[in-house]
Amino acid sequence: MPPVEAATRPGGHREQIEGSVAVARAVALARPEVICAYPISPQTHIVEGLGALVKSGQLTPCEFINVESEFAAMSVAIGASAAGARAYTATASQGLLFMAEAVYNASGLGLPIVMTVANRAIGAPINIWNDHSDSMSQRDCGWIQLFAENNQEALDLHLQAFKLAEELSLPVMVCMDGFILTHAYEPVNLPDQAEVDAFLPPYVPRQVLDPAEPVSIGAMVGPEAFMEVRYLAHARQLQALERIPQIADEFAQRFGRRSGGLVRAYRCDDAATIVVALGSVLGTLKDTVDALRDEGQKIGVLGIHSFRPFPLAAVREALAGAQRVVVLEKSFSVGLGGVVSTDVRLALSGLHLHGHTVVAGLGGRAITQASLARMLHEAVAGTLPPLSFLDLDWRIVNRQLEREAAQRRSGPIAENLLRDLGSMPAVRGADQSERAERRAAPKPARVPSGGRPTDPSDEGLP
Amino acid sequence: MTAVKFYQTGTFTVGNRLLAPEQRSVQASTERNNSLNSGHRACQGCGEALGARYAVDAAMRATSGQLIAANATGCLEVFSTPYPETSWQLPWIHSLFGNAAAVGTGIAAALKVKGRDRGEKPVRVIAQGGDGGTTDIGFGCLSGMFERNDDVLYICYDNEAYMNTGVQRSSATPPAARTATTQALGREPGAVFGQGKNLPLIAMAHEIPYVATATVADLHDLEAKVERAMAIRGARYLHILVPCPLGWGAASHDTIRLARLARESGLFPVFEAQHGEITAVQKIRHRVPVADYLKPQKRFAHLFAHGGQAGHPEMLARIQADADKNIRRFGLIDAAQEA
Ligand SMILES: Cc1ncc(C[n+]2csc(CCOP(=O)(O)OP(=O)(O)O)c2C)c(N)n1
Ligand code: SF4
Repeated sequence: MPPVEAATRPGGHREQIEGSVAVARAVALARPEVICAYPISPQTHIVEGLGALVKSGQLTPCEFINVESEFAAMSVAIGASAAGARAYTATASQGLLFMAEAVYNASGLGLPIVMTVANRAIGAPINIWNDHSDSMSQRDCGWIQLFAENNQEALDLHLQAFKLAEELSLPVMVCMDGFILTHAYEPVNLPDQAEVDAFLPPYVPRQVLDPAEPVSIGAMVGPEAFMEVRYLAHARQLQALERIPQIADEFAQRFGRRSGGLVRAYRCDDAATIVVALGSVLGTLKDTVDALRDEGQKIGVLGIHSFRPFPLAAVREALAGAQRVVVLEKSFSVGLGGVVSTDVRLALSGLHLHGHTVVAGLGGRAITQASLARMLHEAVAGTLPPLSFLDLDWRIVNRQLEREAAQRRSGPIAENLLRDLGSMPAVRGADQSERAERRAAPKPARVPSGGRPTDPSDEGLP
Repeated sequence: MTAVKFYQTGTFTVGNRLLAPEQRSVQASTERNNSLNSGHRACQGCGEALGARYAVDAAMRATSGQLIAANATGCLEVFSTPYPETSWQLPWIHSLFGNAAAVGTGIAAALKVKGRDRGEKPVRVIAQGGDGGTTDIGFGCLSGMFERNDDVLYICYDNEAYMNTGVQRSSATPPAARTATTQALGREPGAVFGQGKNLPLIAMAHEIPYVATATVADLHDLEAKVERAMAIRGARYLHILVPCPLGWGAASHDTIRLARLARESGLFPVFEAQHGEITAVQKIRHRVPVADYLKPQKRFAHLFAHGGQAGHPEMLARIQADADKNIRRFGLIDAAQEA
């Protein structure tokens, strides 16, 4: 993973700490006034860290509230934010889904809550490892969603998030890959309190629950105005599209390093093939691309750091010169394909590029440089299908599909898969020849290799 | 402030002519806050609107107007805030159906961290919801608020069903009551016996500083309880019986009478508790059989013989037994009086 730009900056200091601790420290530097959270892996270390800071008196004034569920956590944040306090929470996976109703409500009410999502898969089957299914499920909830590539960026994005949220009266989710970032020890630059205070002014809401000036918040809105309210939510996201890069610039000026922004291109200038991705996999991708560049392949990487608002223009501009685009994503819209790809395709409408969606790393499946390199070679050779699943074990899939075809009865898929895994000990530890054999094995006709069949007329991104 | 016309609530309640002038109701006084102002869209005779107006006004008086309210989704929220209008004359927030208690917690936390919950003009918090938002979907958040002893007075307006969505059962719906989801069909028509939650008792089990029940039949008592609750810090719970003419199938002018009959029959015990112990009970003044209370309500019509229908005397007897049990359990009648 290439290091974040040098620590040539006025204050602060460098420390080797866990990602969660880095985030807890960054959130504390932002002086939140109410923190409430409910534990779920891999978010736990973040709120434990904050709890300790509050309890020890290092973070004051601040109320740390242990609640009985994520739904309550977001609800407490809603009340606190509406009453004028800077409010923070963190969650992941099932927790984010459990709070979903309140997540939508927070943005509908225009409350600038900041939440860390330590990205994790959603069950069943229950799985605590990383992918982006959780935050992607809240794609349309009206929150800003920023994705961190590494722990330094995660730390920095939290400081930017509070500023952005409070300027635009919109909640912001900072998404960081569970375990991969939250539990990784890396050196990070921690700013001084004074620097953060200069960057992030106190939360001064325009409208707040206050007996001196009574307002009703959260009224029942009928058909005559609901559309307008929803449009205004969109308009604010469009404003965020402008403010996100500006705030990233301001941050870079003050702190001497660039974090966030809308998108960031890596070796894209002359690239014929560009891989689009979000989060920590960008590091692995950049290393893979460096290796492929050494082979003479013209490949680049486009990192999306703001997923909502989605930077259509910036993505289009960054990709317009390429011939082929591969969206590598850790989320999956069952019955369709990629989640991010849909947005990328929209950004590229009218441009005739070869487009591919590669779903990878679901539930924490490792994304290795070897697999990425192989996939990119296929892309360059024109043999990569429009939709594929990196390192999918076709033996498990096919056996289950055959079983289902033979016996049309409902059954617990997850358990069946586990049973298969048990009866096929070679699967996980397959040696190279087995892997090659598996890749070469013809896929049954009734099992699409993913998405639509390759059809020349379908090649251009619609 | 606009001239106020509100409920005519009868001699047993606010206009009690037997009281000394200084104790008399302030129902029509232009001095009162009218926190829930006229012009909202509640049904005629809505017990919830009446209860909320008195409860919130009393809380406003107790806090010199330094009050913030969180509200659950339900009739009270819907009829009081049709955009762009609002009936609320105090800072008020509606978030969701199930989270009023937690939103209240958040507000209280914000006030605490900003030091506004103390000092010369401390700002206080109430959270309010219907019985559905309280006993069912919001129960987790409410129990959490109790357990943490957050400084919030939670007020439940119990109209014994989900009225806002068209009269479906809640876990506060009484046995035998007909609702859209407990139809008057079968051998035991209406809501099932033995189901339901007694939230005041559950609140007491949390050992919070203050739990009370009240009805809109005795608004003085209601106001006094709100004032008592606001004098205490920590989690407090007030459960108010608020008849709903629409859902109960009752006449609009019977709201107060029904609330009184609920109490006088023993079906709705009115009491106070502190830290889990009952400290005061409102005695029944004129005991009535439960039939007197049930008969004016269409939701219980199937219990009574009418139009060639036989009725269900055995179910009536079970309801009477429930009332008798309450009378014994809460000591609603003095032993002397009973004898
Ligand atoms: C999560 C969710 N589920 C369902 C609803 C629909 N809903 C709105 S109000 C309501 C019933 C309210 O009943 P209650 O709390 O008893 O208040 P009342 O209307 O009787 O005063 C329901 C079911 C909702 N708003 N949110
Ligand atoms: S339905 Fe019942 S609770 Fe709702 S406004 Fe009408 S009377 Fe009041």
